[in-house]
Amino acid sequence: MAALTRRWHQLRNYPSAVIGLVFVGVLVIVSIVTPLVLPYSEAIALWRGGAAEWRANPRNAAPVWQNWFTETDQAATIAFDSREGEGERVEEQLSADTREVRFIYEFEFPYDTFPPELIIFSEATYSAKQPFVELLWYTPDGREVRAGEFTPTRSSSFRFDQDRRLQRRLERETGIDDVRPSEGLFDDPEQEGLQVLHGTYRLEIVGLLFEPDSELEATFVSYGRVHGWAGTDHLRRDISVALLWGTPLAMAFGLLAAVGTTVTTMSIAAVGVWFGGWVDSLIQRLTEVNAIIPLLPILIMVGTLYSRSLWLMLGLVIILSIFGLSIKNYRAIFLQVKELPYIDAARAYGASNMRIIFRYLVPRILPLIIPQIVTLVPTFVFLEAALALLGLGDPVLPTWGKLINDANSEGALYSGYYYWILQPAALLMLAGLAFAMVGFALDRVFNPRLREI
Amino acid sequence: MATELSAGELNLEEEVDVETIEASAREARLKNARRLLRYTLLKLIALVFTVAIGVYITIIVANMGGEVDKIRLATIRENVALAAVADPAFQQMSTEERRALLDRRVELEIEQYGLDRPFIQRSFSYLRDALLLDLGYAEGLVSDSGSRQVRNIILERLPPTLLLFGTAQLLLFFGALAFGLSLSRRYGSFVDKVVLALAPTSAAPGWFYGLFLILIFAALLQVLPFGGMVSAPPPESRLEYALSLGEHMILPVAAWLMAAIFLTTYNWRTFFLIYSSEDYVEMARAKGLPDRMIERRYILRPTLPNIITSFSLLVITLWSGAIIHETVFNWPGIGRLYYQAIGLFDTPVIVANVVLYAYLLAITVFLLDFLYALVDPRVRVGEGSRN
Repeated sequence: MAALTRRWHQLRNYPSAVIGLVFVGVLVIVSIVTPLVLPYSEAIALWRGGAAEWRANPRNAAPVWQNWFTETDQAATIAFDSREGEGERVEEQLSADTREVRFIYEFEFPYDTFPPELIIFSEATYSAKQPFVELLWYTPDGREVRAGEFTPTRSSSFRFDQDRRLQRRLERETGIDDVRPSEGLFDDPEQEGLQVLHGTYRLEIVGLLFEPDSELEATFVSYGRVHGWAGTDHLRRDISVALLWGTPLAMAFGLLAAVGTTVTTMSIAAVGVWFGGWVDSLIQRLTEVNAIIPLLPILIMVGTLYSRSLWLMLGLVIILSIFGLSIKNYRAIFLQVKELPYIDAARAYGASNMRIIFRYLVPRILPLIIPQIVTLVPTFVFLEAALALLGLGDPVLPTWGKLINDANSEGALYSGYYYWILQPAALLMLAGLAFAMVGFALDRVFNPRLREI
Repeated sequence: MATELSAGELNLEEEVDVETIEASAREARLKNARRLLRYTLLKLIALVFTVAIGVYITIIVANMGGEVDKIRLATIRENVALAAVADPAFQQMSTEERRALLDRRVELEIEQYGLDRPFIQRSFSYLRDALLLDLGYAEGLVSDSGSRQVRNIILERLPPTLLLFGTAQLLLFFGALAFGLSLSRRYGSFVDKVVLALAPTSAAPGWFYGLFLILIFAALLQVLPFGGMVSAPPPESRLEYALSLGEHMILPVAAWLMAAIFLTTYNWRTFFLIYSSEDYVEMARAKGLPDRMIERRYILRPTLPNIITSFSLLVITLWSGAIIHETVFNWPGIGRLYYQAIGLFDTPVIVANVVLYAYLLAITVFLLDFLYALVDPRVRVGEGSRN
């Protein structure tokens, strides 16, 4: 214990190690908090969920923080959901059977670009007579635009951009041919061309219900060109889900694989050295065979033919690394340790082979393998990303690698959706650097020979 | 080397007959060469066995312990049925006759492919085929020359891979060697500290830096191509072709180097530093030998075996990275072929690719072992006898 504290003090002398430890700490905290906030099954359901889960999100929207760096503020998503009690709701009984429901959604629009689309999702309950909905749009300069009307079914959506009549009306108003309603509604008619009119807009959704127990709910979404702190992908999914959940998955995969391979390799080296003779030479030969078996191609083959489960891959990585090349290093160290007097003492009092190997030999070099484990973590974190990049990522789990893979196959770099690749890549880099920096410093602390140089 | 040296010393004394000395020196050199040859041969035989075992394991995995044969059986049945339906004579037969004919044909096919033998027996014939890369026909892929033979498809893709990674590895080796030596000379300088600080960046693999390089140089600056090997259509003249090839190689090679050079340089510089604090180096300095000579003879020479070991480990681990590297850069080598084969579930090509990778690894290991034997006098002179 005292030795450990001393090493801890030595470690603090390396600024890179301290930075690395802070990064590792952040990643670990995110890994612990994420599953608590968003449980595993929910995250998977959310990530696998289709249009129903994500319909209120824009497609391929950049993260909100992009606006901090650009002069023009991109439109963010504005959404009102009457089921959640958002906005104002006024009901009025017009006659015995007829009621009027009015949803008043008032919002600020301080952005410099137009939203890519405007949609109203409505849900109505009725038995025979369908309700009727009229949309009224009030601009900051006091104009009133009749933005459309429709008869909602049980579940329907109204897309402003597909309403020809609204488009013609806006053409007259703005004087621009073929104006898209989602642009025309926000346009400043005083200015030349398309210019956003800043200020407070009001949308009134007026529903007429012709049955006493008929009901109407309406959700209005003005889609953004930026959305959330991480943006969205081509399926309108919020990338932050995958960024957050990728952290515990990457940490788990990296750490388990690093610990698994190192501990098994070391134990096998210890067994070989202790028994010597044919056991030792068999292990040596197997190591040589193993060096020639290409790990990644085999992983890919298994991923293609059997299963792509992350946990199966983890098991395979460990199995294929059992006879890894590092056995040679451990063997050299164990050969020295084997000759130490305390091993003779153990043998003299009649300790069993297994006891000597696992209670005396292995613990002796445990401090040496700690840097080894830490430096190995990034290798496996990147291995998972590499598999995902080849399209062999786990089919259900949202990981960093799968984000990069999605982005790559959707041509994110060609289309300029840089955030889509840069965010997971930055996290991968952060994880890689953090562990590598700590591992480097640990190596120097535990190997004094390196420290002198 | 030891023998030559003693011969030289004896020559100075001018007492012994010069010819006998020359003869003994020649004999010693011959003996060395023979030892080297024997060492190489032993290594080669061991490697052949190793490759065979590795490939055998691959076959067991790829066949899912015989599962693939079921798929093959189904394919045979379907093909036979399709061929029969196209035959007008077949349509006039009765149902029983048809079934009997089909069964007979299927049995013939099964016998032809040897599917009636037990899996263990068959796995050895697969092993022979795999080692010869004689894996029949691809299921979906076609080579650029139009062949469906797996061997043709694979061998066609080998040269681009060797070109790209050969260049990258050679640059890495000599670059890190020169860089490491110069750093060990200026130990503690600013550049030295920068390399030390950058060494952890090698935690990320080459393809990862590749993504960034593509983003910067291809997408943003638009000065270098996104990927591929030559521009389309391929230039007519030789020179233009080579130039276009070089242009396409810049990014993948740079990404490969970025991922490995700092850590490698740092490690090798550490080797050099360890060896330059040896007593005999101090002695040489005291004698007043020029720095260049000290570096070459007293520092570089004894460090080389260590460096070659470290380099071979690096190359072995980097080979696997080639698949993703080529995929990211759209380089038409075996790595990308592997990726395409995965997409098409083309099992023969996948297996052949794994085998080829095993061969590449084995050849790499062999070459580096040979190199090691050349630079390490302990191997050349033979263990135990140090005369």
